Amino acid sequence: MADSQYVLEARGVIKIFGSHMALDAVDFGLRAGEVHALLGENGAGKSTLIKILTGAYQPDGGQVLVDGQAVTLDNPLHAQTHGIGTVYQEVNLLPNRSVAENLYLGHQPTRFGLVDHRRMERDARVLLTRYGLDLDPGSELGTHSVAVQQIVAIARAVQLSGKVLILDEPTASLDRNEVERLFEVIGDLKRAGLAIIFITHFLDQVFAIADRVTVLRNGRLVDTQQLDALNRTDVVRLMLGKDIAFSGATDLEPENPTTEVLLEFTGYGRRRSVHPFNLTIHKGEVIGVAGLLGSGRTEMARIMFGADPADQGTMRVNGKAATLRSTTDAIALGFGFCPEDRKAEGILGDLSVRENIVIALQGKLGWFKALNRDEQLEIAGKFGESMDIRAASLDMPVKLLSGGNQQKVILSRWLATDPAFLILDEPTRGIDVGAHAEIVRTINRLRDDGMAMVVISSELDEVVAYSSRIVVMRDREMVAELRGKNINPGVIVQAIANNPDEATL
Amino acid sequence: MRRLRLDRLANPQLLALVGVLAINWLLFPSFFNVTWQDGRFFGSFIDVLNRGAPVAILAIGMTGVIATKGVDLSVGAIMAVCGAVAATMVVAGYPAPIAVIAALAVGLACGLWNGFLVAVLDIQPIVATLVLMVAGRGIAQLITEGSIVTFNDPALIFIGTGSVLGLPMAAVIAVVLMVLVTLLVRRTAIGLFIQAIGVNRAAASLAGIHSRMLLMLVYALSGLCAAIAGIVVAADIRGADANNSGLWLELDAILAVVIGGTSLLGGRFSIPMAVVGALIIQAMNTGILVSGFPPEFNLVVKAGMIILILLLQSPFAALPFKRRPAAPNKTASS
Amino acid sequence: MKRSLRPLAATAVIFVIAYAVAVLQFPNMLSTRVLGNFLTDNAFLGIAAVGMTFVIISGGIDLSVGAVIGFTGVLIAVLTSWLGFHPLAAFAIALGVAALFGAAMGFTIHYLQVPSFIVTLAGMFLARGGASIITQDSVPIKHEFYATLGDLMIRLPGGGRLSFIGMVMIAVFLGGALLAHRTKFGSYVYALGGNSVSASLMGVPVARTTVQIYMLSSVLAALAGIVFSLYTSAGYPLAAVGVELDAISAVVIGGTLLTGGYGFVLGTFVGVMLLGLVQTYIIFDGTLSSWWTKIVIGVLLFLFIVLQRVIFAASAPAEKSPEKV
Repeated sequence: MADSQYVLEARGVIKIFGSHMALDAVDFGLRAGEVHALLGENGAGKSTLIKILTGAYQPDGGQVLVDGQAVTLDNPLHAQTHGIGTVYQEVNLLPNRSVAENLYLGHQPTRFGLVDHRRMERDARVLLTRYGLDLDPGSELGTHSVAVQQIVAIARAVQLSGKVLILDEPTASLDRNEVERLFEVIGDLKRAGLAIIFITHFLDQVFAIADRVTVLRNGRLVDTQQLDALNRTDVVRLMLGKDIAFSGATDLEPENPTTEVLLEFTGYGRRRSVHPFNLTIHKGEVIGVAGLLGSGRTEMARIMFGADPADQGTMRVNGKAATLRSTTDAIALGFGFCPEDRKAEGILGDLSVRENIVIALQGKLGWFKALNRDEQLEIAGKFGESMDIRAASLDMPVKLLSGGNQQKVILSRWLATDPAFLILDEPTRGIDVGAHAEIVRTINRLRDDGMAMVVISSELDEVVAYSSRIVVMRDREMVAELRGKNINPGVIVQAIANNPDEATL
Repeated sequence: MRRLRLDRLANPQLLALVGVLAINWLLFPSFFNVTWQDGRFFGSFIDVLNRGAPVAILAIGMTGVIATKGVDLSVGAIMAVCGAVAATMVVAGYPAPIAVIAALAVGLACGLWNGFLVAVLDIQPIVATLVLMVAGRGIAQLITEGSIVTFNDPALIFIGTGSVLGLPMAAVIAVVLMVLVTLLVRRTAIGLFIQAIGVNRAAASLAGIHSRMLLMLVYALSGLCAAIAGIVVAADIRGADANNSGLWLELDAILAVVIGGTSLLGGRFSIPMAVVGALIIQAMNTGILVSGFPPEFNLVVKAGMIILILLLQSPFAALPFKRRPAAPNKTASS
Repeated sequence: MKRSLRPLAATAVIFVIAYAVAVLQFPNMLSTRVLGNFLTDNAFLGIAAVGMTFVIISGGIDLSVGAVIGFTGVLIAVLTSWLGFHPLAAFAIALGVAALFGAAMGFTIHYLQVPSFIVTLAGMFLARGGASIITQDSVPIKHEFYATLGDLMIRLPGGGRLSFIGMVMIAVFLGGALLAHRTKFGSYVYALGGNSVSASLMGVPVARTTVQIYMLSSVLAALAGIVFSLYTSAGYPLAAVGVELDAISAVVIGGTLLTGGYGFVLGTFVGVMLLGLVQTYIIFDGTLSSWWTKIVIGVLLFLFIVLQRVIFAASAPAEKSPEKV
């Protein structure tokens, strides 16, 4: 069948990890000469779909077609022979080698069996000129900016594949000028007839470059649309799944100005990470943080916790000025932080549930005031019960628990330190319904007990339900602070979607 | 105190030790014969305890280092340095306790140097400790001025060849050190923190654990253990041999730790099991000696042990034990 | 200047200064005789260090080279003196055995995903133990072919002589440089040391390259063993103990990054020469003792490790992206 209008197509693709359906019968079609944006929050299935299209994963159902022919892509190198090339966010090149070698590694021109450096560098120079790069092909790749490395990666991918180019968050670490330069390159490639998949979480960029957009949510296809028929709010709504028209207005939790102020951040920020922001947090109050992935929400959490120390602004705790040089300083002040990436930054996988729960408290107590095993078991048992942690034993390795139970373990870890202020980054992502409800219940209970919290979440219904105030992040900047009545997910979506010009009105 | 449960004794390391000892006994029926002479025990088994002590002592320190995902290649050279310090000082007329304290201080300083390179300058452990591994023997020779410094200070000799309650002093030192260090890490939070760093340094740091001090501590401890082992070996041969003291023992110590179940990738560790690992190595050495094989045969056996352990820890080793969807009885019915 | 060249430049400068100082003190050191002896005395170390350079550039380490030198010496001695093989046949057998040995280590490192130091440690034990089982004594090699090779030399102006084994070392260095910098295999070695994940995504045959790297190292160690047996006319199981450490030192001092990805085969040559210079100086001086060699090597090693740390940390691309890792 050559009737396909698509260069690359996924039909009813299914991917299952364990009991989790990462992709549920997703259709996706890519045309020649288009830039097709693929959108979705973390866990929506974007990267799984990409990995199937590049052969890194094999689908459990459905098929992948190239030029209308069903194909089996064994691995990324095999996909390359079908004309599919990929450029990743973390540039997957060799920073220790020359630009020319990065372009031609494995395909270097040879003369008498030896690599012909002169010809390779001459070819590289010609090739790079086409991408508007005038640099010495013999120079070390790592000495160039990420943007240049990104373009070199694109040049290599196009050179070796030439039909489909997949760009997986290529702009995540580029500044505005670099992004524009990259977009010129993408535009040229599009005009040359290449089919391009573009993954990003910056809406501005989607509207600047893409022709069509496909949105995924929770492993399902939400929609594929021509982009000129949509506005920003439509796209955010598709991504977050909130239908503004039917969402009733909810009041936020009543603000209680009579309670004491716990924390005051003034002009607090970190260069290249988060623009300075002002935020006052009272005891017994939950501040919800809304914003898309990459909006600076996680970075804000990290500087509040001292994981990346702030380099501007001041912070006052209970009216007294304080500085956070490290996480230890924050913990000493009674802070706690549940990171977004549980596996990489949260759990100590090989250690037991018990040890994972007591570790922060023990860290606070120091080397010599050790909790003995019985005390550890008592603490772990207490939180295991109150948080309803489902583990066969408190001595089993935490890595064997489900995601939801791991999240409860990390939350327990901080509750054991009796914190005054907790920062939760996406506490309910990727966990089962029961654990989800338990965590929301816990947030409500802690707030009523007088704890101050900052909760980052893309579940807007949930944020609205437990927050007293909501701050909105966009482009690494705090752009709005929503309070009072008539806050509903629709309003938040609007605030997230507003482009900077509208926001200043 | 926790109850000592019987099933805790049935672990692979102890079983392996029993197995190796049993083979020795089969090959050499008088292996376990112990005689009492001049107020102390003699016999092949006692010899295993005595000869295994230096590696056991090194392994005690090495366990902490490996649990943090590191490795200390310099312990053999530190042994030579510290043995040389102790020997030259008693020969120069210093009392034995002073000489021992000075040697221990030098070992500690060497360990702190390694710790500084790893924790503060952030140099890969294998690279950082290579510096002392290369330079250490030269320093030891510098101290002894190239000769084997022999001594006959009774107090210092006692450390290597004396006996307590009939048991060889070296073995007693190893056991006491094992108990002390085990208590140090288990009765304080240090052991938990070491494991936390070894398992996931990013998460441990977010949970408020300072890794630098801890890394300094484990390398310092490793240096101190190397000093003790160096003194024991020097006292045993009544002299400091800068060229041969502790030669290749860093590798035996690493092997002992790995046999003891601590992964080279860091994380959970057991100091007593590393000591058992050292005894397994020594039991095989002694077995080979008493069976009349050339001592170099040991090296081949050790190579075999490393390969065996690598295979057991490799991803493939888990394959036969993985539950497969097709149960065996299903194939029987078809 | 490229940052990867800086440590090498430092080594070259240190070598020139050190040599100049030595010559000022002992004018005799500036003679072709001394230079010729430099090459002859360090030939086996240099050859082994070339193999080590490849291993370290790829991000690994090979602790077995000293043992392989010892084993090769014993094997050749036994084959020629006891079993009557012609030395050339013995050489071929020894190189073949080493190739298999290195391949087995590379295979284990890649497929069991274990650190190279532990695998090559097992290799070291195996080779040393194997040699000692064959014989525990030094076995002399008396064969006219050895005498012929020993007489083969180029006379240099000024009374110096470039011996056959010195020529072999120079050839190995030139061949090694060509292999590292002008072949696809060479570029794959650097790729593995830079980032093995990227390398594999870019189509580098990681498994094959890893096996080849350790084969190369073992074969060159065996060649070093052959050269060593020519040098000493004997095979001894405990020969060349600790040569792996000297080789690693020479490689690092020659500007190769111990963590992999950067380095030069010819830099290793300068490193070997610098080590040779230290030894020769100590011999010329006569009052200094041999252990100063080890201490000086240790100090140089430390300086270069710190130097590399500074160079590669300072000029790394600016702060990592604000996105969390």
